[in-house]
Amino acid sequence: MGYAEAGFNLEIDLTRGNIERVASDPNLAKQYLGGLGTNAKILYERVPPEVEPFSPENLLIFGTGLLTGTPLPSCNRTVISTISPQTNLMAYSMMGGFWAPELKYAGYDKVILRGKSPELVYIWINGDKVELRDASHLKGKGAVETQELIKKELKDPNVQVCAIGLAGENRVFTASIEQGRSSASRLGIGAVMGDKGVKAIAVRGKKDVNVARPLELLQLCNEVLQYVKEREDKPVPNVMPILAGLGSPQEMLHTDEKWHTENFSWGNSRERRKDFWTKEIEDKWKETQENARIRLISCYNCPMKCGAIISLPGMSTYMMKCFSKLTYNMAAFVDDLEFGFRIAQRATEYGVDGFSTPQIMAFAFELREAGILGEEHFAGCPDDNEGKFYWILDRIVRREGIGDILADGTYWAALKIGNGAEAYAHNNIKKHEQLPLKLGMLNPIYFLMYSTGEKCNITQIEGQFPQAPFATMEEREEFVRDWVHVPDEKFKQYLLDWELRGERSNPYYPTVDMSVDIVDWQEMMHYLDDAVGMCAGMSSFPLKPPYHIHNYPIIISAATGMEMDEAELKKIYRRIRNLVRAFNIRRGLTRADEKPPEDHWRKRFPELEEQLLDAYYKFKGWNNQGIPTKETLQELGMDFVSEDLLKRGILSYE
Amino acid sequence: MSKAKKKVKVIKIDVDKCNGCRACELICSSFHASPKYSSNNPERSRVRVIRDPLKDIYLPVYAGEYTPAECAGRNKYVLDGREYSECDTCRASCPSRDLFKEPDSGLPLKCDMCDGEDEPMCVKWCLSKALTYEEYEEDREEEPKLGEMEIGLESLVNRHGLQKVMDTIARLSKKG
Repeated sequence: MGYAEAGFNLEIDLTRGNIERVASDPNLAKQYLGGLGTNAKILYERVPPEVEPFSPENLLIFGTGLLTGTPLPSCNRTVISTISPQTNLMAYSMMGGFWAPELKYAGYDKVILRGKSPELVYIWINGDKVELRDASHLKGKGAVETQELIKKELKDPNVQVCAIGLAGENRVFTASIEQGRSSASRLGIGAVMGDKGVKAIAVRGKKDVNVARPLELLQLCNEVLQYVKEREDKPVPNVMPILAGLGSPQEMLHTDEKWHTENFSWGNSRERRKDFWTKEIEDKWKETQENARIRLISCYNCPMKCGAIISLPGMSTYMMKCFSKLTYNMAAFVDDLEFGFRIAQRATEYGVDGFSTPQIMAFAFELREAGILGEEHFAGCPDDNEGKFYWILDRIVRREGIGDILADGTYWAALKIGNGAEAYAHNNIKKHEQLPLKLGMLNPIYFLMYSTGEKCNITQIEGQFPQAPFATMEEREEFVRDWVHVPDEKFKQYLLDWELRGERSNPYYPTVDMSVDIVDWQEMMHYLDDAVGMCAGMSSFPLKPPYHIHNYPIIISAATGMEMDEAELKKIYRRIRNLVRAFNIRRGLTRADEKPPEDHWRKRFPELEEQLLDAYYKFKGWNNQGIPTKETLQELGMDFVSEDLLKRGILSYE
Repeated sequence: MSKAKKKVKVIKIDVDKCNGCRACELICSSFHASPKYSSNNPERSRVRVIRDPLKDIYLPVYAGEYTPAECAGRNKYVLDGREYSECDTCRASCPSRDLFKEPDSGLPLKCDMCDGEDEPMCVKWCLSKALTYEEYEEDREEEPKLGEMEIGLESLVNRHGLQKVMDTIARLSKKG
């Protein structure tokens, strides 16, 4: 009997309709934990670089975290890995909710899809009984609607369903996979699901998930809950409210959006409105949000309430979380928050990423204004901003007219449109749209995270270190006092010395080496979270979270029975990091791809930026092209990777 | 019969505060595992959250007494604009549904208020405070304590009827 893991994967060949329950290698957990780690291992071994995102040989892997299904609070993530149609690199978007624990209780760690179904199907995993079912009646249905219809069809309200909407069916490059209040949105994994002809996966499980040392794990869980309670009464002082607490930014709870609306850019990531947040807007937005929000809700076994049920007259109810509350408003220059709640409802049913999609829409209207896209592409488009955005959303999701080109995202659309359109696709990293944030002075830590983050999403790599220096020494001393999370005491000094202005300020302080250290710490926590299935909102994302590098080893050990200490866990992190990197290198990722948008900061420092990248690569044990060296890979016991890279001529035998 | 003080245990359920996370289900199943906390499976839980997020229905319900027969009707309640089936609010392990049955054996489950703990685990783990715990004392007529044999016989009588049990015992005693 294994602990924490189910010990079996579900292998489904959609082309042949073949379903197999396959025992997984118990040694893999020791090297890669689970979730992202083992997903990446499978992708590396089974998806060679020639495979295109929309080829039957591409895999779509739904992985549970190693500790998902145990009582560990907030450990509920589903990690979905495949090749992104947008970046052509590994996509590993994730979702919270209830799906992964249910899969574990059904007796599986992963669902691995390959091939393509000739007809639209949904997969029904009912414990040991697994079947492909006709989904022709669900074609074109909304992602939320589909979940409800399937639950009704299966006559069990406890079935957990993840589904794509019309965007996924039409292979829109920003298509998401939706599930309850959660969604795996980034990098177009919904398009791959649609390409495979799978509308939804429904799961029901009634089996046990065992743990190795029950009383010890319970004690550790109780400590986490106790810490969460204490932390609730003790928000981090001197940072903005959304960064002071735990969880993902509490934007369903808080109505004060001064920071986002005035610091993030509006339109196609263009314009900051520094005096947007007036008293009148504040009152109106508060009223709108409180009127639309029915209840604050959680994911499985999590005390935070990051999501909300949203309901407005004349529109079906849906669930929302985090920043998608604002993205449509800001992209469309609409000052009425109700528009945001209403268009997000349609977008959620369509199943699209709320970060990228509004930017694609704003991009389209910029091209129209610049005369790069002619009026013939906009026949029938309303004149008002709200109407325009609904109109273009429909075109994109249905791939109608210009929408067919836009549906591939700004990078690919600009290439197709030509005529100078490339300059308007200005907010991408590795061909993927980024948060609309444009700032003044280069921050060396953020430079590295933006450049090298394999997930192409800053919120999924930042976290443990404050985003900006504290103004006074008193504030800094107060902050470091109970900062038990640092992997090493030196990080406290980095923060104490970090000033807003002068010699010890951005961009030259933190120094190059310090920046690399800080980035490595933040990355480490995200990679570990993604492998054990922990929500970043309780670990890698917020300041001073309940989980950190010092309690993870004992938690993992108590749950799984594996021997674990910090050194071993750091090694596992490096293994996963290198595997993802090698996979992407094999697919053509180069140093030249590792850069933030040109206009991300007004003040850039090309020489410093090169130094930062050099030092980061060196620290990681990579050559100056960002490729893991033979020695690094061998040290980590990853000879299969070094041999592969040597054989392909990516590394040389010298 | 004599009067005695009896401690009454109360879990107060504030459905407005429920965030639907199901930590109560998880920790209940874990607490009742054997050995304690060794396995986790909400299907074995003695509390289930009746959830229908899009209708804003979040209702933790506790397993009560087993009943051998289902109700004649299936009534509905409309409370605060939300429609609940009577089964949603019912605690019984009953033939009409799968709720509150051990997934392996089908035997009924019943909440025991985590006997031996200072408060039920579901309450301890509900940080939203949708579940809170209270105790009070009330005067009760003391019921005679049933011995193990009596409990066993009573369940046999419930299942087969008194006459059948007596006939069987009579037959067995003849053999002896």
